[in-house]
Amino acid sequence: MSQPATIEVKSRYGKRHRLAKPELLAPAGNLEKLKFAVHYGADAVYIGGQQYGLRSNADNFSFEEMREGVEFAAKYGAKVFVATNIYAHQEDLDGIADYLRELEKAGIAAIIAADPAIVEVAMKVAPKLEVHLSTQQSTMNWQAVQFWKEEGLPRVVLARETTMDEIREMKRKVDIELEVFIHGAMCSSVSGRCVLSNHFTDRDSNRGGCCQSCRWKYDLHADETSVMEPGQNLFTMGSKDLCMIQHIPDLIDAGVDSFKIEGRMKSIHYVASVVNAYRQAIDAYMDNPETYELRQEWVDEIGKAANRPLNTGFFYTVPGAEEHIYEAEEKPAPYDFAAIVTDYDEATGTAIVQQRSPFRPGMEVEFIGPGGRHFKQLVGELTDEAGNPLTVARHPLQRIRISVDHPVRPFDLMRKKIG
Amino acid sequence: MTSTIPELLVSAGSIEQLERYIQAGASAVLIGEAKFGMRQPGDIGADQLPEAVAAAHRLGAKAYVNVNKLFRNDELRDLPAYLRAVQEAHADGIVFGDPAVLINAREHAPELKLHWNAEMTGTNSSAASFWARRGAVRAVVARELNGEEIADLRSRIDIGLQVQAHGMTNIYHSHRNLLESYIQHIGRDATLIRKGADQGLFLVETERPDEKFPVYEDANGTHVMSPDDICLLEALDELLEAGVDSFYVEPLLKPDEYNVTVLKSYRAALEAWQQDPGAYRFNDEWLAPIRNLQNPDRELGFGFLYKEQVY
Repeated sequence: MSQPATIEVKSRYGKRHRLAKPELLAPAGNLEKLKFAVHYGADAVYIGGQQYGLRSNADNFSFEEMREGVEFAAKYGAKVFVATNIYAHQEDLDGIADYLRELEKAGIAAIIAADPAIVEVAMKVAPKLEVHLSTQQSTMNWQAVQFWKEEGLPRVVLARETTMDEIREMKRKVDIELEVFIHGAMCSSVSGRCVLSNHFTDRDSNRGGCCQSCRWKYDLHADETSVMEPGQNLFTMGSKDLCMIQHIPDLIDAGVDSFKIEGRMKSIHYVASVVNAYRQAIDAYMDNPETYELRQEWVDEIGKAANRPLNTGFFYTVPGAEEHIYEAEEKPAPYDFAAIVTDYDEATGTAIVQQRSPFRPGMEVEFIGPGGRHFKQLVGELTDEAGNPLTVARHPLQRIRISVDHPVRPFDLMRKKIG
Repeated sequence: MTSTIPELLVSAGSIEQLERYIQAGASAVLIGEAKFGMRQPGDIGADQLPEAVAAAHRLGAKAYVNVNKLFRNDELRDLPAYLRAVQEAHADGIVFGDPAVLINAREHAPELKLHWNAEMTGTNSSAASFWARRGAVRAVVARELNGEEIADLRSRIDIGLQVQAHGMTNIYHSHRNLLESYIQHIGRDATLIRKGADQGLFLVETERPDEKFPVYEDANGTHVMSPDDICLLEALDELLEAGVDSFYVEPLLKPDEYNVTVLKSYRAALEAWQQDPGAYRFNDEWLAPIRNLQNPDRELGFGFLYKEQVY
C-alpha cells in the first residue's frame, strides 16, 4: 500500500500531482469491484453515479458509496473518477449543477464528460473536480486535442480509432494528458455516432440505453438478394475486444498518460485478473525497460477471465475481416470465479472464503493475488464456519473453510477450471 | 399578414443537381467532397466551388460547404488551404463537427460562417450555446429529438436552428470497412462492394425481415442508414411555429426526380405559410406526389418527432 511516485505539474487547478508512470485506470461497477480493482493495482477507477452515465443497467454508486469508495482508494493513493458521459437532452440537465457539486464534495477526482453542456457546468460550479473529455467526443486529431486543452481540460480520452503514431504526434504537439483504452469491449462505430438502439428499441444509446444492436446478426443484401451462401455466417458489426498487453512498452514510449480498461459491467474476477496482468507489465517495464520481457503468464491471466476473442483495435492498422466476430460469439472463459478469500489461519493452513459460484472437493482451483501470486490445488475437505462438513459449496455468499496449500490473504480470489 | 419563411436546404452532388434542386424550391444547398465532408451525394471539389457557389447565388440561393468529417492528424494538413478556397469561393458558410475545423477556420478563413453539426450528439441548447460562443451561427440538431425538445431548444438559443425535415438519416457510422471485411470473410468477390453510396446494399436484421437498412462504404468508413424516411410535411406548421430556421431535405440514395418532387412540395407548403400563417392548413396535395414516388419498402414517418425514448 505504498503511495505511488508522483511529479508536480501546474494547471488551472493549481499544482497537481501526476503519476511519474502511466496511470492504470480500471472500471468499477460497484463498491466491491472498486475495492478489488484498487487492491489489484489500479491507480484510479472510474465509476457511474445514479445519473448522467452511459451504463444505465449497471448497479451504479450512491453518493454515500462514492465517499466510501474514495476513502478506500485513498489508502492506496488511488483516485476515483465518475463517468458523466451522456449526451444530455434538456430534461437531463435539471439538477446537473447540484449533482456535480455533490461529486466534488464526495472527493471524486474527476468526471469523464463528452457533452459540452456538462463540461461547462462542471468547470463553473465544481472547480476542484477535474474534467476529462470522454472518448464519446471521438477526438482523433491533435488540433481537436489542442482545442480542449485551451478550453481548460487537463485530459482527453482519445477516440478508439486513434493509431499509435497519431498518439505520438499528439504528445509531441500538445502538452496535455492523454488517456487511451487498452483493454475491453469496443464500439465498432465512431463513439457517439450510433443510434441503432434508438431505432430498434427506442432506447437512447447516447444516454446509456445501448442494447448492443451492433452485435446482432444481419443479412447483407445486394440488389434484393442475400450475398451469403448456405452455411455461411451472417453479417455483424460486432468487434473483437481490445487487448494491448503485448504492447505496453509501445504505449508507454508513445507517452500515454492513462491506460484505461473497459468494463463497468464486468465481474470482480475479470477486473482483478485484467488489472493484475497490466499492473505487472507496466511495473516491469518502468522498473527496467532494457530487461523488460512480456511474460506469458500475464497473457494467460487475461485469457482466464476474458470470453471474447482479442485484438489490437486501430493502434497498428485498420481492423479487417479477422478483427470482427462472425462466428458464434461468446466462448465461455476457461475459468470461472468461485470464491473470495476473507481470512487465513496460518496455524491450521486453512482459509475462510466467500462462495461466488459452486465448488466441491476434488475440483481443480487456482488462487490468485495481486502481483501475480498464484497457485493451483485440488479442493480438499470443506466445512462451514461452524465446522460442519460440506459435500459441495452451493450457497452464494456462504462463508466456507477450505484447506490451502500455500498462504493466502484477504482479497485473494479462487477460480475453478471449467470442463 | 405575410411572414418570413425559413430556409429549405438540400445537399447536392454536382452543379447540375444544385441548379435543379434550387429550381425545384431549395433556397440553400450543401455541397462539398468526401475528403472533408461526410455523406455528400457527390463530390464538388475545391476547384469547382467558385462556379458552384456562383450558380447558387445566381439563382438566389445560398451555398454552404460541408466540412463535417472527424479528422485524423494527417488529414489536417490540407484543411487551411481548403477553408481558404471555400472562403474565396464566397460560400455562405461551412458545416463542422470537429473542433479542429473551428480552429482552422478562425485562423485561415475568418469570414466563414460556422454551422455546428455533431450529428446524433447535438441534443441540447447548452451544447449549442457552447459552440455559439465559440463562433457558430447555426446549430444543426440530432434527428433523435422530439418536437417538444426542438421547440424548447429553439427558445433557449440565440443562433439559427436547423432540423432535418425529410429523407433518410444516418444511424451508424464506423471508420471500419465493415462490408469489405465481411465479403472477405465469406469469400465472395470483392468487386461486389464498390465504394460509394447507392450500390443497392442493405442490411436486414434477422428478427425484422421487413426493414431494410441501406448500407455503404466509402473513404470515410461504413455508413448505415435508417430503414424509413422522415417526412415532417404534415407537421411543418408545428416546427414553423416553434421557429425553426432551416429545414433540411436529405437527398442521399434517392433518384433526382424524387428529390425534386419533395422540394416542390415543401416549397408549396412554405409559400402557403408565408402568405398567411393564420390561414395555413396542411394540404394533402403536397404529400400525394411524394407518396406516389415513395419506395414501397420505405415507410414515410415522423421519425422521432412524437416519440418518447427510454434509457
